Amino acid sequence: MKKDLYDHDLEPDVDMPAEFIQRLNRPSKRVSETADSFIPRRQFLKMSGIAGGGLVLAFSLSRSPSAKAAHHTDSDSPEFSPNAFIQIKPDGTIVLAAKNPEVGQGIKTFLPMIIAEELEVPWESVAIQQSAIDAKRFGPQSAGGSQSTPRNWDPLRQAGAVARTMLISAAAKTWGVTESKCKADQGFIVNESNGKKLSYAKLAATAASLPVPDGKTVPLKKRSDYKLLGKFIPGVDNQDIVTGQPLFGIDQQLPGLLYAIYVKCPSFGGTVKSANLDAIKARLGVVDAFILKGNGVDNELSAGVAILAKSTYEAFQAEKALEVDWDKGPASKESWTDLQKQSREITSKPGKVTEEQGDLTAALSSAAQVVESFYTYPFLSHSNLEPQNCTAWFRDGKMELWAPSQTPQAIAGMLSKLLDLDQSKIEVNQLRIGGGFGRRLLNDFACEAAAIAHKVDAPIKLMWNRESDMAHDFYRVGGFHNLTGTLDSNGRLTGLQDRTIVFTPTGGDGKRPVRGGNVRASNIQCPEIPNVRIEANSLPLQVPAGWWRAPGSCSLAWVFQSFIHEMAVTAKRDHLEFLVEQFGEPRWLKKGKAQILNTERAINVTKLAAEKGDWGKPMKKGQGRGLSFYFSHLGYFAEIAEVTVDSANNVTVDRVVVAADVGMLLNKSGGENQVEGSVIDGISTLADQEITFENGAVKESNFDTYPLLRMPAQPKIEIHWITSDYSPTGLGEPAFPPLAAAVTNAIHQATGKRIRTMPISKEGFQIT
Amino acid sequence: MATIKINVNGEEREISDIDPNTPLLWTLRDNLQMVGTKFGCGKGLCGACTVHLNGNAARSCSIPISAVDGQSVTTIEGLAAKAHKLHPLQEAWMEHDVPQCGYCQAGQIMNAAAFLSRNSTPSDSDIDDAMAGNLCRCGTYQRIRKAIHTAATKGGVA
Repeated sequence: MKKDLYDHDLEPDVDMPAEFIQRLNRPSKRVSETADSFIPRRQFLKMSGIAGGGLVLAFSLSRSPSAKAAHHTDSDSPEFSPNAFIQIKPDGTIVLAAKNPEVGQGIKTFLPMIIAEELEVPWESVAIQQSAIDAKRFGPQSAGGSQSTPRNWDPLRQAGAVARTMLISAAAKTWGVTESKCKADQGFIVNESNGKKLSYAKLAATAASLPVPDGKTVPLKKRSDYKLLGKFIPGVDNQDIVTGQPLFGIDQQLPGLLYAIYVKCPSFGGTVKSANLDAIKARLGVVDAFILKGNGVDNELSAGVAILAKSTYEAFQAEKALEVDWDKGPASKESWTDLQKQSREITSKPGKVTEEQGDLTAALSSAAQVVESFYTYPFLSHSNLEPQNCTAWFRDGKMELWAPSQTPQAIAGMLSKLLDLDQSKIEVNQLRIGGGFGRRLLNDFACEAAAIAHKVDAPIKLMWNRESDMAHDFYRVGGFHNLTGTLDSNGRLTGLQDRTIVFTPTGGDGKRPVRGGNVRASNIQCPEIPNVRIEANSLPLQVPAGWWRAPGSCSLAWVFQSFIHEMAVTAKRDHLEFLVEQFGEPRWLKKGKAQILNTERAINVTKLAAEKGDWGKPMKKGQGRGLSFYFSHLGYFAEIAEVTVDSANNVTVDRVVVAADVGMLLNKSGGENQVEGSVIDGISTLADQEITFENGAVKESNFDTYPLLRMPAQPKIEIHWITSDYSPTGLGEPAFPPLAAAVTNAIHQATGKRIRTMPISKEGFQIT
Repeated sequence: MATIKINVNGEEREISDIDPNTPLLWTLRDNLQMVGTKFGCGKGLCGACTVHLNGNAARSCSIPISAVDGQSVTTIEGLAAKAHKLHPLQEAWMEHDVPQCGYCQAGQIMNAAAFLSRNSTPSDSDIDDAMAGNLCRCGTYQRIRKAIHTAATKGGVA
């Protein structure tokens, strides 16, 4: 069997339209020339009709006026709104749309920055409005796969450029000069022949009367002319955040609001036989309690008991008094301990070969050295600090939701089937979200809230407590990799075999992996290894799996980047030289496919990290320096970690140096915040996080048993960017994957101990 | 059920017909509809619910309302002394663009404000130790430390 190991997406879980992927392969200069949109033009230009009768915002000091919207009544003075993303009012107010859910990735700030740059307006002069959920007007609205940047780069630049072009035309018409004499400059059009200028506000009415040009035909700015993109721009909601204004899903208040909880079987998939509903309903503060059968789909509506109360506290207290006779017949009986034993046994023996390149058997028989190592990592919880919640109100046959969701456009379709409602009767409002990390790509909480609201004559706010949040997550799957590597007599890596487990959903086809659970040869990211074999043994899993920050990459990077280091050490070769050798010649592995490794960019970030991270410089006893690289979500990241390990195996991560290439950094502040956060998240995860389960129920319940990193353990973090002509790509995920191996490789250098089980507490090390 | 009187951000508030075991957190959020104080863990493990009780940082999720009867509470909504003048920490938080998702930041700022009022010239490790009870899932610790230094340098935090 021989096939091309790189001829597919590195992250098969993340769906990207083919046309999108093709475009990303071109350097942005060419994209600018062609200036084509990812949103079909027909859809895009339909947005032009919203001027007049739209929403006008009452502006406060805050830059996020969405909560203070009032209806526009002044129809005599037309505003200029050539598309759904821009409104320029005669009074000079400029409102830009923030179309996608803000989960902390900074998108509410940097997507409008793209529009403002092309519109050519000062950032200080614009107000930002969170968009309604409306695919027809705004195109795809989601926060996932680090896709918001690449997906919106062209459409939003075009949206701004269309408006700028029309304002120039309006000025030319007003002055009776050719458009070539008119130049846009920070909210004004300047007549270059006489120096006169007109503000956008004054030109709004004339511009609004002009035909809207095709976004593909308007000129886009050159990057060298950018005034805003790339600068340090603080988040638009910051003032509301630091003064405690209502922003998040959990903050929603409505008249007559009832507080709901929904209790599900601790063992995944269990259903309700009966519950002490009468006793619960008799409690002070409890308004109602009832059983929902659910539809048996874990990311929609599982069976459970709903309790509605007059306050959150009374709802939480009622849960403590709730007695449910669960039907555990259909429930998971899985045990993490048993899965570990089973997986270890399966991967210790030859299995079915799922991918092969070259001849691994020959590589093994001719090898000068063979290394065999077993790597394993646990299930993880997302642990968003804002627990899952959703507010819903069913009245007059219509369902309205306030949903902290990463995929708000998916909700109406699900609810339509679940509650037999026409999609036109379902409205979803998006809110600022207290952490995503992939958890809120699935909308179980929204289905629960809507199903409860559907039976109640009042608005309800569904609240999960921390314990239910941790017990009913969609977990990052654990993994098992029995690796074999071969070296020739020159210390070159000639072969790599991975005997691994790929979990498949219980009741599925036994082939399709669980979310984020696939293992492919291309995940090794070492295209120069001549002989590669993957034996992916499938094993059913009922515990719900989900996408977790950089799905797949978040665990596989640690496995493969550790093992490459292990092979370099065995070969007695410098790790940097050895790693770069695995990339081969600088090239696209698949020309025309941006989601597949470009070895030139990989080599450049790896060498930059080494240079900035003092690679090769001597260290004191007990100290170590580790290197790691990974390419995910279109971003290239290499990281160096420096650690100090004492005699009691206390590990201090002293410094992390990050080298990155995401084309161009759109917001220096937001972008670097993502990288700093990814480094902290990486250390947090490797330190002591592990989700375990017995009898199909998760054992960890709160931050005492599932700890997050605390402030004293933070390292010094340095970030170095390679700016290239490629289109900018996302930063929510790709800085995370390389971190763990950088740290464990550093621990190896410091102590000689190879960590092959995550978290490192399992190997007797503690992060301090 | 009980009637409780507390001073919240300088205003006397009376809450009647409330279960005296209701945590201060939920009284603020549900009864007084002041939602700046956040729920994270319910066990005093994460610090998202931090308020000032008689000037000291306290975890509002773990304090029954009956225990604060007649006392003074300051929340994030009332941290700024005047309507148009933010607390130096709030200014510094914006200057350094600390928040990612922003959910924990009210608790971080309230904890930092109580700490700075006792130590106006903190070292890195003073800050780290004082802030160790406040979790940030997004990992904004670098910027929290910087912002606290900035607020301390600019003064006016006591």
